[in-house]
Amino acid sequence: MVAKRKAKPVKPAEPDVTPETLKQFFHDMLLIRRFEERAGQLYGMGLIGGFCHLYIGQEAVVVGMQAALTEGDTIVTSYRDHGHMLACGMDPKGVMAELAGRRDGYSHGKGGSMHMFSREKNFFGGHGIVGAQVPIGTGLGFAHHYRDDGFISVTYLGDGAINQGQVYESFNMASLWKLPVVYVIENNRYGMGTSVDRASARTDLYHRGTAYGIPGEQVDGMDVVAVHHAGIAAAEHVRSGEGPIILEMLTYRYRGHSMSDPAKYRTRDEVNRVRSEHDPIDHLRQRLIDGGVATEAALREVEKKVRDIVAEAAQFAQDCPEPDADELWTDVLAEA
Amino acid sequence: MPSMNMVQALNSAMDVMLTRDPNVLIFGEDVGFYGGVFRVTEGLQKKHGMQRVFDTPIAEGGMLAVAVGMGAYGLRPVVEVQFADYIYPATDQLISEAARLRYRSAGEFWAPITVRAPCGGGIFGGQTHSQSPEAIFTHVCGLKTVIPSNPYDAKGLLISAIEDDDPVVFFEPKRLYNGPFDGHPDRPARSWAQHRQSEVPEGYYAIPLGQAAIVRPGAAVTILAYGTMVHVALAGAEEAGVDAEVIDLRTLLPLDIDTITASVAKTGRCVIAHEATRTSGFGAELAALVQERCFYHLEAPIVRVTGWDTPYPHVFEWEYFPGPKRVADGIRQAMAE
Ligand SMILES: Cc1ncc(C[n+]2csc(CCOP(=O)(O)OP(=O)(O)O)c2C)c(N)n1
Ligand SMILES: [Mg+2]
Repeated sequence: MVAKRKAKPVKPAEPDVTPETLKQFFHDMLLIRRFEERAGQLYGMGLIGGFCHLYIGQEAVVVGMQAALTEGDTIVTSYRDHGHMLACGMDPKGVMAELAGRRDGYSHGKGGSMHMFSREKNFFGGHGIVGAQVPIGTGLGFAHHYRDDGFISVTYLGDGAINQGQVYESFNMASLWKLPVVYVIENNRYGMGTSVDRASARTDLYHRGTAYGIPGEQVDGMDVVAVHHAGIAAAEHVRSGEGPIILEMLTYRYRGHSMSDPAKYRTRDEVNRVRSEHDPIDHLRQRLIDGGVATEAALREVEKKVRDIVAEAAQFAQDCPEPDADELWTDVLAEA
Repeated sequence: MPSMNMVQALNSAMDVMLTRDPNVLIFGEDVGFYGGVFRVTEGLQKKHGMQRVFDTPIAEGGMLAVAVGMGAYGLRPVVEVQFADYIYPATDQLISEAARLRYRSAGEFWAPITVRAPCGGGIFGGQTHSQSPEAIFTHVCGLKTVIPSNPYDAKGLLISAIEDDDPVVFFEPKRLYNGPFDGHPDRPARSWAQHRQSEVPEGYYAIPLGQAAIVRPGAAVTILAYGTMVHVALAGAEEAGVDAEVIDLRTLLPLDIDTITASVAKTGRCVIAHEATRTSGFGAELAALVQERCFYHLEAPIVRVTGWDTPYPHVFEWEYFPGPKRVADGIRQAMAE
C-alpha cells in the first residue's frame, strides 16, 4: 500500500493570490485537461500514433509552478510533457501537430509526443529517457549561474525517475556549486506499473537531497494555490544564490501510464476516489465560486474559450501536411 | 506440442530455468508485480516468489551492476531492460565490469548474467523505443549477443543464454512478440499460430549459441539477417523472385561463420540486412568477414540493406524501416553484376 501522505505547509509567509491569477489558473489547468482529452481521442481515432503520455490529474503542478517563474527561467521535463509545454505558453497547435507527426509540429514530426522543444519559451524538452532531464536541468542551472543572468532552472521529474543514479550525481553538483535549480518531483504514486513503495526504500521523496544539503518540501500537488506558494518560495530561495531546492508534489495520474496500459496495478476505485475527492480543477472551481471570485456563467465562458482553442489545435493538426520525406535526413548534424 | 507466441516462449524459458536452478533470478523494471510491459514475465513472481522474481527501481546502471556482483558470487541473474533504448545507462557496467571480469581476474571470477531487452522498430516507438543497438555490444569482447527470430528459437536460445557462464545480451525483436512481421505494415497482422516455429515444447531444451539456421535454401544469393529482418528478408526474396538462401544468424557473437562461408562460397553473392543504422553496424563486420573468407567466390560487391544513418524518427517509420522492397532492391543489385 502507498503510505498515507500528508503535505506539510511551506514555511515562508503565503503571498496573496489575486482573483485574476486564480482565474488564470482555472483557464490554464482546463486547457491542459481538455487538450489531453482531445489528444486521447485523436489517438483512439488513429490520428496520433506511438507513445503518448497524458498529464490528466497533474495539471495543478505545472500551472502553479510556472506562474511562480519569471520570463527567462528555463524548464526541462520528462516525456509526460504536453502540460508543461502549454503552461510554458507554447502553441497548442504546434504541440498537437507534433503528436500527429505533422510538418508544423514543434519538431517537424520527428520528435513526437515525448520530444518537443522551444527556444522561444525556454522549454528544453521533453525527454524520453527516464531521469536524463535531471542533469540537463542542472546544466541549465549552471549556465544561469555562470552568466549571472538572474534566471533559474526548473527541472521536473517523476517518482520513478528519482531512483536513477544520475539524479544524485546532479544533486551533488548542484549543491556543491550552489546552482539555481528547483527540482520538482511529480510524485503521482506510480512509475509505469510500479507503485512508489515497490521501488523506493522510503516513500517520502522530498528529503532525497538531504545528504547533499538540499532542502526539500512536500506540497499538495492537487492544490494549485499551494503549489504556487511553494513555487514562489522555492524560486526565491534558488534565485537568491542559496543553491538548489526540492519540491515534492503529491499528485496523481488519472489515465494509464501511456495509451496502452492494462491498469492491473491499481484499482478503479482508487482512481475514482482521487478524481471525485481531490480533482485540482473541481477544487479550484469550487474555490472560485465559493469565494465569489467568479460566477458559474463566467467559468462556462472559460470552458468555451478553452474548447475553441483545443478544437482549433486539433483541426490544425489534422489539416497540416506530413513533413517532406527529406526532413528525415535533416538536423542529424549541424550541416547535412 | 503447444503453440506459443514469442512472449509465451520466453516466459516458458524463464519458468523452466527458475524451476531447474535455484541460482536463477529474474528482475527489472515492472517485471514482478506487473508482469512486464510486454507481459514476458507474467505470472513468474506468483509462481516462484518475490525472492526470485522482483521489481527494481528505474536504475539501469545500478541494476546491471548489482547483477554482476550476484553473478560473481554464483547466482544467475536474468535482468530485463525494459527497452533496448534504455540500456545505455548500463553500458559502463556491461562493458567495464561484466565483460571484463573474467579476463582481468585471470578466470577467477566471471559474470554469468543474461540481459534481456526488447529491440527494434515497427511499433511507432520513435527514437527512444525502436533502436537496434546490437553492434555496440558485439564490439565488446567478453560479451555474447543473441537475437532470436521466432518462438522456438527464442526459448531454446534464452535457456542457453541463462546457462552460459559469460554475460549474454539477449535482444528480443519486439515487433515479433505477438506474430511474425515481414515488413508490410499495411497487411493484416499475423499470429504465430500458423508458423512452424511456434510449436514449442513445454519443458527444457537448449539451442547452442553460435549456430545459424538456414531458413530458406537457395543457390543464387545469400542473405544474412537476424531478428525481424529474417522475415523481411524472406518477403524480399519472394518479391525479387530470386532463388535466395536466407540465413538467420540467431547469435551474432559467437558467430556461425562456417554456415555463412559455405553459403556464400556456393552462391557467390551476399546481401546483409539489419534494422540498425548502417555506419559501423554489424553488417560492416559481416561484410568484412565474408570478404576475407570468400573473396575469390564473390561475383559482385556485397550489398547492405539497413536503417538510415539518422535517429529513429517519430513520423517516418516506414521510410526508415528497411522493408521488403529495400531488401528486394538490394538483392537485384547483388544480382546485377
Ligand atoms: C532509462 C529509462 N528506463 C526505463 C524507461 C521506461 N519508462 C518510461 S516511463 C517509466 C516510468 C517513470 O515513472 P515516473 O518517473 O514516476 O514518471 P511518470 O510516468 O509517473 O510521469 C519507465 C520505467 C525509460 N523511458 N527510460
Ligand atoms: Mg510517477
